[in-house]
Amino acid sequence: MRSEALELRRQPHTRTPDLVLLGATGAATAMILIVLALLLVDILAGGVKVLSWEFISAAPRRGLTEGGIFPAIFGTVALTLLMTVAAVPAGVATAVYLTEYAPPDSKLARVIRVCIANLAGVPSIVFGLFGLGFFVSTVGRGIDHAFYRGQIVYATPSLVWASLTLALLTLPVVVVATEEALRAVPREIRDASLALGATKLQTVVKVVLPEAMGGVLTGTILAISRGAGEVAPIMFTGVAYFLPRLPRHINDQFMSLSYHVYVLATQSPNVDKTKPLLYGTVLTLLALTFLLNLVAVILRTRTRARVHASE
Amino acid sequence: MTTNATATPQTPRPIPSLKRQPRTGERLVELLLKAVALTSIAAIVLILAFVAREALPVFTGTGSDESGASLDLLLAEPLADGSEPLLWRPVSHPPRYNVIPLVIGSLKVTLVAVLIAAPLGIAAAIYVSELAGKRQREIVKPTIELLAGVPSVVIGFYALVVLASWIQGIFGTEHRLNALVAGTGLALAVCPVIFTVSEDALQAVPHAYRTAALALGSDRLQMIFRVVVPAALPGILASLVLGFGRAIGETMIVLLASGNAALISGSIGVSTRTITATIAEELGEVVVGSGHYRVLFALGTILFASTFVLNFAGERVIHGLRKKLGTA
Repeated sequence: MRSEALELRRQPHTRTPDLVLLGATGAATAMILIVLALLLVDILAGGVKVLSWEFISAAPRRGLTEGGIFPAIFGTVALTLLMTVAAVPAGVATAVYLTEYAPPDSKLARVIRVCIANLAGVPSIVFGLFGLGFFVSTVGRGIDHAFYRGQIVYATPSLVWASLTLALLTLPVVVVATEEALRAVPREIRDASLALGATKLQTVVKVVLPEAMGGVLTGTILAISRGAGEVAPIMFTGVAYFLPRLPRHINDQFMSLSYHVYVLATQSPNVDKTKPLLYGTVLTLLALTFLLNLVAVILRTRTRARVHASE
Repeated sequence: MTTNATATPQTPRPIPSLKRQPRTGERLVELLLKAVALTSIAAIVLILAFVAREALPVFTGTGSDESGASLDLLLAEPLADGSEPLLWRPVSHPPRYNVIPLVIGSLKVTLVAVLIAAPLGIAAAIYVSELAGKRQREIVKPTIELLAGVPSVVIGFYALVVLASWIQGIFGTEHRLNALVAGTGLALAVCPVIFTVSEDALQAVPHAYRTAALALGSDRLQMIFRVVVPAALPGILASLVLGFGRAIGETMIVLLASGNAALISGSIGVSTRTITATIAEELGEVVVGSGHYRVLFALGTILFASTFVLNFAGERVIHGLRKKLGTA
């Protein structure tokens, strides 16, 4: 099938209408790539001169017009770490249930899949509203009533609520990537394991999941990259405009790279002085998410290549 | 073969289970996994429940805020000074919560984005799926997918700092930040969605369709536009629906690049305020439980409902298409 497809493509484009089509669609493709390149070059050119050890390791000073972005980097790392701890086990468990345990014609599995697809499409600002209405005002208040006699400890925007909100947002990313990898594990391996007397659970944990590790990793990386870039879901659930010290507890507020970009872009007292810092922050955020995405794309291409090889 | 058949006579599961009843530990793990898998259903239900709960007084039409002003989202009584009745002015006295300016703003920006992104995304999908060589395809496809990985706040920043100046230079727009700038930025976010979904739809068309068309004497242009694209058309339309849903729910790009003035205007060159940007900008400053707070949650509910419908419709069409083409 695949080689036939390639044969077709290799035929020379000679007729004029074909050439027009090739030119028009090729130009559209090129335009998308050029816009992406322009964006990257602009950010790289503007940001690279700002990057320095001080910029990475110092806190902002003088109303965000000087200093570095260390608290924002720290906050983003803490946020995505906590998010990963919540989203990856839940996502992997969901994917394992869907591919390994649910009967093939299960209605429940179908409903779960529809919900995951729709969860992926919920606007990020709605996640922000939900995080505030559910985690902060309901769960947080409940904890405070139960354990702190109504004193406000958890019923306030904080690191843990922002992480959980993001975990919900990135759950579909983990599920989809893990499911794809699980489905790529050949049936024969499962049969062989069962034939050797392993139980289903042993088969899943010791045979299938290790084979699908690449997919789990891809999903985790994509989730971190997505979570690190989001602003709207954390705006009302824990991120702070500026904090003099780093968060030390899960119910502290925090700074984040993504929100810092927004803050520098809109709330600066001195636009010209902030602009280099803004470019530096954007470059740091983009480098982080881009590198993660690149790794994920490479991992995924490898997994897919293996699927086709085993088909 | 025979052992397999006797081992699993009544349970046609993906993994043949052993004759022996599974141990309790195994059953427990299965139940636990099932419980976790239900999280996603719970999430959807809870999101709707908790966002809509805060907005309830708005939707029942009985709500009024602290100053006694109605929370009616469509209220169109003219003000005492005789100014425009359709107003989003939540902090004036008396406050006005009419959503029409915001809905128009959201639609305007989204339309600009889809009008720019659709031709580019679909043309690129046709190129990558039907015309590009293998090596080109392997580079171009992941690169466009990388564009989808650029955080929206970064695209918003780029639209604010760079695109806005270009667009004002070229079109001489009235305001520097406007619906055209936000829509162009938004197109960058929507384009990969339209591209990926359309490309998948084109790839789902069986190869035999193409060879049959060529064997009947059509040239490549005829093959693509009379056979492949029509077969993939539902998927391509679904890509537009999904792109539309992505655009209408996008927050940071429009918050940074649209100018955020709630004006009712047919022009795309003037400052615009969308539903999403309104929530993002105002929720941080309202008192929890106040009328304004409830109206913002009502906007969230409207947003959730509309993207839910769009996504659901899009996914249904794609699923139906794959079934029809036998590539599910």
